[in-house]
Amino acid sequence: MDYFAQQLINGLVLGSIYGLIAIGYTMVYGIVGMINFAHGDIFMIGGFIALITFLILVSFGLTAVPLILLIVLLVSMAITALYGWTVERIAYRPLRHSFRLAPMLSAIGMSFVLTNFSQVAQGARVKPVPPIITGGYTLHEGAEGFVVQLSNVQIIVVITTVVLLALFTWLVSSTRLGRDMRACEQDQTMASLLGVDVDRTISMTFVIGAALAAVAGMMYLLYYGLVDFFMGFVAGIKAFTAAVLGGIGSLPGAMLGGLLIGLIETLWSAYFSVEYKDVAAFSILIVVLIFLPTGLLGRPEVEKV
Amino acid sequence: MSAPPAAQTSRAPGAAFIFKKALISALVALVLFSLMIGVRTEAGPQGQLIYWTRFGDLAAMVATVFGGSIVFELLRQWWGPVGTIRVVPPAVQSTLSLAGRLIAPVLLVFTFLVPVIFYNERYILDLGILVLTYVMLGWGLNVVVGLAGLLDLGYVAFYAVGAYSYALLATNFGLSFWICLPLAGILAAFWGVLLGFPVLRLRGDYLAIVTLAFGEIIRLVLLNWQSVTGGPNGVTGIPRPTLFGIPLSAGDDGLAAILGIEYSPTHRIVFLFYIILALALLTNWVTIRLRRLPIGRAWEALREDEVACRALGINTTTTKLTAFATGAMFGGFAGAFFATRQGFISPESFTFHESALVLAIVVLGGMGSQLGVALAALAMIGGFELFRGLDQYRMLVFGMAMVLLMIWRPRGLIGHRAPTVFLKHNQAISSDLVKEGHG
Repeated sequence: MDYFAQQLINGLVLGSIYGLIAIGYTMVYGIVGMINFAHGDIFMIGGFIALITFLILVSFGLTAVPLILLIVLLVSMAITALYGWTVERIAYRPLRHSFRLAPMLSAIGMSFVLTNFSQVAQGARVKPVPPIITGGYTLHEGAEGFVVQLSNVQIIVVITTVVLLALFTWLVSSTRLGRDMRACEQDQTMASLLGVDVDRTISMTFVIGAALAAVAGMMYLLYYGLVDFFMGFVAGIKAFTAAVLGGIGSLPGAMLGGLLIGLIETLWSAYFSVEYKDVAAFSILIVVLIFLPTGLLGRPEVEKV
Repeated sequence: MSAPPAAQTSRAPGAAFIFKKALISALVALVLFSLMIGVRTEAGPQGQLIYWTRFGDLAAMVATVFGGSIVFELLRQWWGPVGTIRVVPPAVQSTLSLAGRLIAPVLLVFTFLVPVIFYNERYILDLGILVLTYVMLGWGLNVVVGLAGLLDLGYVAFYAVGAYSYALLATNFGLSFWICLPLAGILAAFWGVLLGFPVLRLRGDYLAIVTLAFGEIIRLVLLNWQSVTGGPNGVTGIPRPTLFGIPLSAGDDGLAAILGIEYSPTHRIVFLFYIILALALLTNWVTIRLRRLPIGRAWEALREDEVACRALGINTTTTKLTAFATGAMFGGFAGAFFATRQGFISPESFTFHESALVLAIVVLGGMGSQLGVALAALAMIGGFELFRGLDQYRMLVFGMAMVLLMIWRPRGLIGHRAPTVFLKHNQAISSDLVKEGHG
């Protein structure tokens, strides 16, 4: 039971990270209707920028951990958001009204560019960092001496996710930008006729998605203590799986899918085999889609003739 | 769509505009590259990370972006707006159409002659085999994506199934290449149907992610099922193909000894070249024939409109499944060939990157166009080999080329399509009119 509780905590933390990335996928899909294959790499870039900022701050003699975390978070969000904007501007905007597969391939190309850019710029080796946040709480001490622990990093990851999710839900539901985004999602032509700047709204979607991916990248860095240039691919596919599992286009769905994928992966590794954890996640995706073809919370697509 | 208004074309932006745009690009580049290029991190001798600055490289990059932006703007002005309809003189037009009709036979004859012309250039022969393998994969995937309009991001799974089928059957049971080739195709087709069943109800990007997941599952199983597949070490010692049971080796029973000619390793390369050429042509021929059969027409109808298709009484289930199975079968053939050519296979050869590459070849070729796919394979694989000298920058350049090619020709290299069915006269149609399908 204790073992299970511990795995549950680990799974939820991993799921939060996937959920944050999945939101970026689902938002872009909702508004432009394309799979942003470069999003996983944006997450990786976010992790790298967090790492570099952290190193610079530490070498300047900054020791206050909360201050460091705040600066790292802001810098990484800002620069990664600019990456998101640039990717959209270069690779997707010229193909906005093109046919469906063109932006997807351009996204795959962009993903290659970003992966190899960071490989060339920062080297191919894994970059480890010492644990930045240490300590934690013991929740329960079992009879066989097994201890259920909740580390401070895990608390920070979950709290950040919840806060961001709340902020983001507010942004989409009650601000001008959120209204524009929902309008563009429904009908871009009509939205532009009614005075919504479609280009700007789509750009902002990419910017917000990239900023959330940067947060996920930083959380990944804090939680696992390492980044490498190839981590975007696997994380990206998992997050996209999460977005589809939850029903693509649905924000709560993305978060739910992220948590589910995180839980499946952790529990499968804990009870069955670590090697097949991804196989388990993908198989469950396939099984869910057989019975719910539009994901868990997705709206059924209305077929028009 | 239509040509933009004339007023827009005549107002060319001035130098100040270009300068401002370049300045903004340079500023964006400065922020983007500030940390990623300006600072280099590496694990130090004690294991902890150290960093050093590279402001010179950063300045160079920003300057490159600034200059590049100016050049790009000037080029764009010189070329004019994208939508402009360019008038081509009739003489050039007729020459172009003649060239268009001649290009396929000329390419075919040239391909047949490649081993004769480049007999002593091993590198070119190897490259030719590689290009033809991708041509075949492209034609195979074209059945699924180009004809039936089903987006498949996991095509490499069937390639892997074919390769491992041959490798395992040959190394464990000693079956020959020619027996295994159809078996590999059948097994791959079987997996295609297996994938097809759960995805019958899925559309668009749901289908894309499931096929991607399927490709990853196959790769992960191959990687982890060590007792059968050898895991990351792969399968080694895969036998080479024989010519009616005669091996192309240096031994006394080899082809060279029987024919009484001096043995040369090139014989085997040439033999492999003709095998893959035959396989690719078989794929092409079968696809062209199938397009004229009811099943091929059903595929194309499915791509254009699934609802109308169902209303007309076409069984969409069998239509989709046959498309998956046919595409997968050709992937399986190509995989078996890959295994016999390499003599060694490991899961590393069957990553998502391969699927993306084959899909890029199909889309860049102009979906559904056989000639376009062949040209795109030549351009992509040949271009990739050209950049070999760039070493670690190769994938970077490759990715950029992919983005630029998509922006330049979103509909692919061959922009016109000969319709499969026509009423009175056969007229090529613009590929803009061809739907990409919803599945």
